[in-house]
Amino acid sequence: MLRYIVRRILTMIPTLLVISLLVFVIIQLPPGDYLESYIAELQSQGESVDEQRIQFLREQYGLDQPMMLQYWFWLTGMLQGDFGYSFEYSLPVTEVVGDRLFLTVLISIATILFTWIIAFPIGIYSATHQYSWGDYGLSTLGFLGLATPNFLLALVMLYFANVYFGTSIGGLMDPEYIDAPWSWDKVVSVLEHLWIPVVVIGTAGTAGMIRRLRANLLDELQKQYVTTGRAKGLPPGRLLRKYPLRVALNFFVADIGNLLPAVISGAEIVAVVMSLPTTGPILLSALQSQDMYLAGSFLMFLAILTVFGVLISDILLAMLDPRIRLGGGTAR
Amino acid sequence: MAEEFNSVTETSQGPLLEVNRLAVDFMLHGHPVTALADVSFSVAPGETVALVGESGSGKSVTSQAIMGILPSNAVITAGEILFDNPNLGRRQDLAALDPDSDAFRQVRGGNISIVFQEPMTSLSPVHTIGDQISEALFLHRDASRAEGLALTEAMLGHVGFPDPARALHMYPFELSGGLRQRAMIAMAMICHPALLIADEPTTALDVTIQARILKLIKDLQAELGMALLLITHDLGVVANMSDRVVVMYHGHVVEAGPLQALFESPQHEYLRSLMRAVPRFDLAPGERLVPVREIHSEAGALIRKPTERVGDPKIPHLRIDNLGKTFHLRGGGLFGGQDRVLRAVDGVSFEVERGECFGLVGESGCGKTTLSKMIMRAITPDHGEITYQDGHDAIDVRALEGDELLAFRRKMQFIFQDPYSALNPRMTVFDILREPLLVHQLGDLDYQREMATELMHLVGLDPRFLNRYPHSFSGGQRQRIGIARALALQPDLIICDEPVSALDVSIQAQVLNLLKDLQQELGLTFLFISHNLAVIHYIANRIAVMCRGRIVELASRDRLFAKPLHPYTRALLEAVPHPELSQPLDFTAIADAAASDPARWPAPFTVTQNAPTEFIEVDPGHFLRVAAGVKASDLAA
Repeated sequence: MLRYIVRRILTMIPTLLVISLLVFVIIQLPPGDYLESYIAELQSQGESVDEQRIQFLREQYGLDQPMMLQYWFWLTGMLQGDFGYSFEYSLPVTEVVGDRLFLTVLISIATILFTWIIAFPIGIYSATHQYSWGDYGLSTLGFLGLATPNFLLALVMLYFANVYFGTSIGGLMDPEYIDAPWSWDKVVSVLEHLWIPVVVIGTAGTAGMIRRLRANLLDELQKQYVTTGRAKGLPPGRLLRKYPLRVALNFFVADIGNLLPAVISGAEIVAVVMSLPTTGPILLSALQSQDMYLAGSFLMFLAILTVFGVLISDILLAMLDPRIRLGGGTAR
Repeated sequence: MAEEFNSVTETSQGPLLEVNRLAVDFMLHGHPVTALADVSFSVAPGETVALVGESGSGKSVTSQAIMGILPSNAVITAGEILFDNPNLGRRQDLAALDPDSDAFRQVRGGNISIVFQEPMTSLSPVHTIGDQISEALFLHRDASRAEGLALTEAMLGHVGFPDPARALHMYPFELSGGLRQRAMIAMAMICHPALLIADEPTTALDVTIQARILKLIKDLQAELGMALLLITHDLGVVANMSDRVVVMYHGHVVEAGPLQALFESPQHEYLRSLMRAVPRFDLAPGERLVPVREIHSEAGALIRKPTERVGDPKIPHLRIDNLGKTFHLRGGGLFGGQDRVLRAVDGVSFEVERGECFGLVGESGCGKTTLSKMIMRAITPDHGEITYQDGHDAIDVRALEGDELLAFRRKMQFIFQDPYSALNPRMTVFDILREPLLVHQLGDLDYQREMATELMHLVGLDPRFLNRYPHSFSGGQRQRIGIARALALQPDLIICDEPVSALDVSIQAQVLNLLKDLQQELGLTFLFISHNLAVIHYIANRIAVMCRGRIVELASRDRLFAKPLHPYTRALLEAVPHPELSQPLDFTAIADAAASDPARWPAPFTVTQNAPTEFIEVDPGHFLRVAAGVKASDLAA
C-alpha cells in the first residue's frame, strides 16, 4: 500500500511537468506579450510610450529571453514558492490569487459534496426501483439537468434568487464584505450566496452521476453474489448496503477524477456570468491581456488541484478495493 | 461446539421437502410465460435427489422457488412447497410464505442453503472469505464473534482449505476456482442445513477438482445427515451421487424414480434420448451419438470438397517444435514482493497429421489456450517453431508478416469456447458470416450472400435466419454460427478451443456430430482442445495430455484410454464420472492435489526445477515425458 502511494506520487511529477510545459506554451501561443498589449492600450488612449521604461520592464521580466529560458525561470521560481509577478495588478501573483483560489476550492468541494448528497440516494432509488414511476420521473429531471447549459441556469437562478429570496445578484458575498477581513458575518454571507453557484455548477454533474450510479448499481444488482447474499437469508436493506452498494462505491470514488476537471472548468464560465470572486473571471482577463505569469500560475494551481484530486481518489480506491490493493499487476 | 448448532433433528416421519404441483410463471412484457407447470417430487431426510434436465427445463427455477429467491418478475401461481422445518417442528408451506418475511429468511440459509454453479462470480469480490462465510452463521445462530470465527475456520478446514486461519482473511480473487467452490460449500454448510441445494456445483470445474468436490459434498452429507438436492445436466454426476432421480423437461417432471430403475430402464423418450446423447468411453468404433434433436448439414456448390484440397497426407499438416511462452507476473503484497515467472507453455512439440482430429486435453491453466493462441499468432512465443504445410510449401508461421500473414489466415481458423461472447451482438448473422469474406476481399455481394446461405445449410441452420441478431439464437445455434464463420474462408485447419464445454449435453452431441461430419465431408484437419475426456475420446484420433505447460503423454485414442502410462493421465481418467451404474467413481481413490503437481509425480515422471525431462517413444506412436536418461525398456519393468 505504502509502495503504491509512493509510486503513485512519483508518477505525478512528470505529469505536472508536462502540464506546466503545455500551460506555458499555450499562454505564449498568441503573438506578442503583455508589454505589447500594454503599449497598444496606452497608444489607443493617446498617451505617449516611454521606450526606455518598456525596455527596462522587458529586461526586468526576462521577456527578451528565449521562451525555453523563460519557462525555466517560471518553473524554478514556482518550486521556490515564487509564482511570478502580475503585470496588470503590479502585485506578486500569490497576492492576487489569495482568496480567490480559496473560494474556488470552496466552491468545488461544496459542489462535489452537493453532487454526492443528491446523486447518491437518487441513484440508489432509481436502480432499486427500476422502471417505476419514481425512476422515470427522476430520470426525466436528470436529463433536464444534463441538457441545461450552466450559464443559462445561472441566469435563471440569479433572477429567481433575487426576486424571491432577495439575495443580491452575483458575487459570493454581500457587497459590504468584499475586501473586508474574515468574520462570522462574512462567513454567513458567503454561505448564503454559495448555494446558487453550487447548484448551478453541480446540476449537470449530479444528473450525470445519477445516471452512472444507476447503471453501475443495476449491473451489480444482477450479479450472482447478490443472489448468494439473498440465499444466505440477508434482509434486503443489509444486503444492498453490504454488497452491491459497496462495490458500486468504487466507481463513486473513481469518479472524483472525472468530476474535478468538469467542476472546475464549469465553474469558470459560471463565475463570469455570476461575477463570482473566484479564479474564473481573473483568469479570463489575464489570458486576454497576456498577463502570462498570472494566467500560467492559475492554470497550474487548477492542474495541481485536479491531479491531487485524482490521487486522493486513487488512494481511496486502493483502500476500498482489495483487488487493487493486493492484486495490482498480477493479472496477465 | 458444532453440535450446539446442529439443526438436523428428527421431527417427524415423512419427507423433508415435498413439492406438490408447483407452477411458476414469468411475466415477460406483461404476458405470463410458463416456466414450471405441475412439478411434484419429494426429498427424504439425508437422501440425495438429482434434478436432471437441459438448460431452460426449469431445474434452476425450481430451486429458486424452494429458496424463495425467484427473480422479481416470477410468480408462483399454484402448488405448495412443504418443508419439514426443524425449528418449528412441523411442516411449513414455503410457497405460501412471503419470501421477504423474517420467517422465510430464517429458513433461507439457515435450514436450506444453496451452492451455485459459478464459483468465480458467486462470492463478493471485495469481502474476505471469512466475512462472507461467518455472516451466514451470525444471521441464523447465536454465536459471539470469536465463536463464529472459530467455527468458520473449522469449517474451512473441513472443506479442505490447506491453511484455514489464513483463508479467513483472503479475498476470492486470491483463490483458485476449486477453492472458491469449497468456500461456497463452507458458506452453505456453516449453519448445518437440513437440505443443501447444489445447482450444477461442479459444471465449471476441471474433472479432477470435480471429483474432489463431489467427494467433499458426499462426505459432509454423510457426516451431517443432510439431504441433498443436486441439480445437474451431467448424467455421470447423477450416476455417482444420487439415490433418486427426477427428470425435468420444459417445466414438467417427465420421469422420476430410484437411480437404478431409471438408468436401467428409462421410460420417457426424453431421458432415453438424453442417455444416447452422452459421450461414453465404451462407444463402439464408429458409433455415433444420437442428439436429442438431430440437425442436417449439407454442403453446397461453393464449398470445397476434400478432393479439391491439396496436400500430401504423409507430411504433417502442422508441426509444433519446442514452443515456449513465459509470463512474468508482478508480485502482490504490501511492499511488492517477488515477481513470479509462469511457464505457460514449456517446450511443447507435436505434429498434426493432415485430415486427422488431434485432441489436446488438460485442466484449466495447463497452457492449452496459450498454445492455441500462439499457433494463431495472437500471442508471440518466446521460442520454438510452428510449421504449416499448405500442400506446396512449408510455411514458417512465426516469420509471417503483413500481407503474407493475412493470406495465411485463410488457411487456419478458430472456433471459440463461449458462443455468447464470440459473436458481435450488434451484427446480423449475415454480417457475421460475411465479415471474413470482406476482410479478405473475396467475391462480390452476390457471392457473399450465396456463400452465407450455403454456410447456413452447412451447419444445419435455416438461411432465413441470416437477418437475425445473435441474441435470438440458443447457445447451440450460436456455436453453429461460430462454426459457419470459421468455415467461411474455407480453411484447411481449424483450431477448436473447448467448442462444446459451454453447451448442454443434448446440444453437445449435436455440435460434436456436426464437427465430425464437417471434418469428413470437407476433409478438414482439427486441433481440438478440451478438458472433457469423454468428448476428446469421441472426436479425436490422437490425443496429447497437457499439464503445467508440458505435454506429458501422447498416443492414439485407443491406446491412451486402454493403456495410460503417465500418472497424470491415469488420475484424469479415474476422476471421470461415468454415466453408468457399473462403473462408479472410486471416491476412496480420488487423487489429492498431488495428481496435478509435477514435482510430486512418482519417479521417473517427477518434474522439478533442475531435473531435465525428455519426451520418449515407449511404443510406436505412444510418447511419454520422463526424467532424462530413462529408456522405454526401463519403464516396462
